[in-house]
Amino acid sequence: MIKHQKPRAFFDTFERKGPGQKNTHYCPGCGHGTAHKLIAELIDELHIQDRTIFCSPVGCSVFAYYYFDTGNIQCSHGRAPAVATGIRRTHKDSILISYQGDGDLAGIGTAEIIHAANRGENLTVFFINNAIYGMTGGQLAPTTLIGQSTLTSPGGRVQSRDGSPIGMAEIMDAIKTPVFIERVSLATPGKVMRARKVFKKALLNQVQKRGFSFVEVLSPCPVNWKLTPSRARRWMEEKLEPVFPVMNFRETEDLKINKETIPPVLKGEDLLNVFRVNKDQLHPPKAKEISDQFVKISGFGGQGVMSAGVLLANCVIAEGRNATWIPSYGPAMRGGTANASVIVSGKNIGSPLVDYPNVLIAMNLPSLNIFEEKVLPGGFIFINSSIITRKVKREDVKSIYVPASDMAKQGGMLAAANVIMLSLYMLASKVSDIQTLKKVIPLSIKKKEYIDVNLKIVDIAIEFYEKNKDAF
Amino acid sequence: MTKQLVKGNEAIVYGALLGGATHFFGYPITPASEIAHAAALYFPKTGREFLQAESEVAAINMIYGAAGAGGRAMTASSGPGVSLMAEGISYLAGAELPCVIVDIQRAGPGLGNIWPEQGDYNTVVKSGAHGNYQNVVFAPASAQEMCDFTYQAFEIADKYRVVVFILSDAYIGQMMEPIEIPNTPREGDRKDWALYADAESRKNLITSIFMNQQIQSDHNKKLQNKYRLIEHELLAYEEEETDEADVIFVAYGICARICYTAMEELRTLGIKIGMLRPQMLFPFPSRPIQQLAQKVKKCIVVELSDGQMAVDVKLAVNGAIPVLEYNWMGGVVPTVKEIVERVQQDMKGGAK
Ligand SMILES: Cc1ncc(C[n+]2csc(CCOP(=O)(O)OP(=O)(O)O)c2C)c(N)n1
Ligand code: SF4
Repeated sequence: MIKHQKPRAFFDTFERKGPGQKNTHYCPGCGHGTAHKLIAELIDELHIQDRTIFCSPVGCSVFAYYYFDTGNIQCSHGRAPAVATGIRRTHKDSILISYQGDGDLAGIGTAEIIHAANRGENLTVFFINNAIYGMTGGQLAPTTLIGQSTLTSPGGRVQSRDGSPIGMAEIMDAIKTPVFIERVSLATPGKVMRARKVFKKALLNQVQKRGFSFVEVLSPCPVNWKLTPSRARRWMEEKLEPVFPVMNFRETEDLKINKETIPPVLKGEDLLNVFRVNKDQLHPPKAKEISDQFVKISGFGGQGVMSAGVLLANCVIAEGRNATWIPSYGPAMRGGTANASVIVSGKNIGSPLVDYPNVLIAMNLPSLNIFEEKVLPGGFIFINSSIITRKVKREDVKSIYVPASDMAKQGGMLAAANVIMLSLYMLASKVSDIQTLKKVIPLSIKKKEYIDVNLKIVDIAIEFYEKNKDAF
Repeated sequence: MTKQLVKGNEAIVYGALLGGATHFFGYPITPASEIAHAAALYFPKTGREFLQAESEVAAINMIYGAAGAGGRAMTASSGPGVSLMAEGISYLAGAELPCVIVDIQRAGPGLGNIWPEQGDYNTVVKSGAHGNYQNVVFAPASAQEMCDFTYQAFEIADKYRVVVFILSDAYIGQMMEPIEIPNTPREGDRKDWALYADAESRKNLITSIFMNQQIQSDHNKKLQNKYRLIEHELLAYEEEETDEADVIFVAYGICARICYTAMEELRTLGIKIGMLRPQMLFPFPSRPIQQLAQKVKKCIVVELSDGQMAVDVKLAVNGAIPVLEYNWMGGVVPTVKEIVERVQQDMKGGAK
């Protein structure tokens, strides 16, 4: 039932091509014109013109927007499926057509088509396979036949050099998610009729939100094949179709509606509340005037040096002062030492980097070895003496030895040695009130079952401080 | 409002969502990944779209689609990923689609390493893909600015239909600092040029191809006029202690933070030094630098690159005073002490 009047989904005249234009830019006998017409008729038939967005590729059909009276977006070479993905995430009810050539889809755009298919995007892809790069004048395509001469395979495609013609429908069939995969041919009027049915199915699937449909369309490019239009069609039947079998690969009947539950879009106060913190319940004491602190907390990965730094910064901020925290990160954290740098100040903080700490909290020996020399004269070194057996060599700093790992273990959580050290540093320096730490812990520790044990460990540290005050 | 301790990278996501972001498409890369992590959490939580793309190429094209469809889309990456996005960025510029891209700079070239560098300046500020186009570029130097600039970026992107970059670095991204969140959430309006898959927008066409040379030329001129308008209307920089300065630092991002401390130390040592910190790199604060060059005797550009920004400073100074370049690369970041000593050395015998 091929209608002969112009489909409504086509413009009456192609003004985007030029004033009053009625002819397409395609060569005589080109398959693109046929494929366009089928799609335009089906857009009419399915009443989807207003909500259709045609994603045109780079290739001869780059100008599809000259013709289709639908929304149009012109995509970069090979990326139409990604562009369509972006649109799909914006307008759930849009009808998206990704129309791509074989250079576009099977060459430069292989990643995008495979992943769009694999995500099961609700999308209809028309893949125009003409075994050649049309627009650029006839170069080798991934689908060019063995022996086929092109501008970049002048003696014919050679498998040992160029590989063999790639079957995209077959590749799609290796992916679980697509609901519909078929290869059609535009070689004869009868095959065009079949193509029309397939196109319709592929579009209807999208209307019904069933998922990803892929139609590979064997399509003539007489100009670059250097054949007359009628010879070109015969060549398709004789040469192309045997390599690219015209057949259905998949037709899934079960409805695959994306049942994702979309959370409501939060706005105004609701949105603000997602990011607001309410630390007002802390009622922290006013910060004491103390000199700027350049703190380096260092240890094995897993000793909680990062989180000790975060706790410290949080306490300081709660008391109305400024703090920066910066981690050592990346491969350095996979084994070896990790360290956090925290600066505490009553003023704006410039560099957040602690090149020369005035407080070093050394949780393990490598940390002491690395940073001992860097500590500023008059600074403090807190040593986890459960693990570090040597003494501090420097005499111009104050060294405080704390069996932090043992104390933490007694408190019921070896991994909380960081909290022992942090508490003692706070108690000794008054950088922040220890009660502030007790209020910050429940807000900062994500695993609720660890809160009580951490609070207990703070008390163990307080007890130690009271007993050993002289050492501080 | 209470201040909260937030990592620079996470602050980006706070600013984005409060600034009306609707989509995040990204691909993981250190040191930008926390932005994707936070986006994966907060975008769905607030009813927005998050998708991990198969590559940066796909991500930027998803943005092209979402922006063409009227969304406020963003991504975040670092050097290698930003390089892969180049073609897409040029398409966005050509089709005049708005979006926000965050570049948490790491060391290059090639795979380089994950430590901070500022070697993407030319790529981002001079717009490293094909054709005559320009990105608007913010240069935050704190977690607060990561949040605030991203919040503003979406308005600017929509208003001028441009790509807005947040050009940051590994340290500013990884650092935690107290921030205050913006208290007025924003939303984008319906755009008369975008595709909404409805009758009203059916006539719309998103494209960057104009086969007629004259039309392409006119399009280019229109873009250039827009960039000149942006230069006229947008400018963001901060001056510190420049009033009676003999010498000034020009630095952005982490370098500005280090210079700030160096400046304080140098002033206690009797050296009258100030700083001009660009908060935006396009438009570049050429005029204020030019004016300072009439007052001060020397200018020191501190950069984690081979002097990419220094070229712009020299253009602004236009030979009026010497411009010294302090450059570090490869992820090596200077200490305050190094800078202080070098300035002392360079200022020996007065500001020459
Ligand atoms: C990134 C990029 N590389 C190369 C090109 C040049 N180019 C334009 S069309 C095309 C091939 C198109 O061939 P195909 O996809 O088979 O479509 P056809 O023209 O045959 O319909 C190429 C390589 C481009 N526009 N962009
Ligand atoms: S070059 Fe080939 S594909 Fe392109 S319009 Fe001509 S016949 Fe069609």
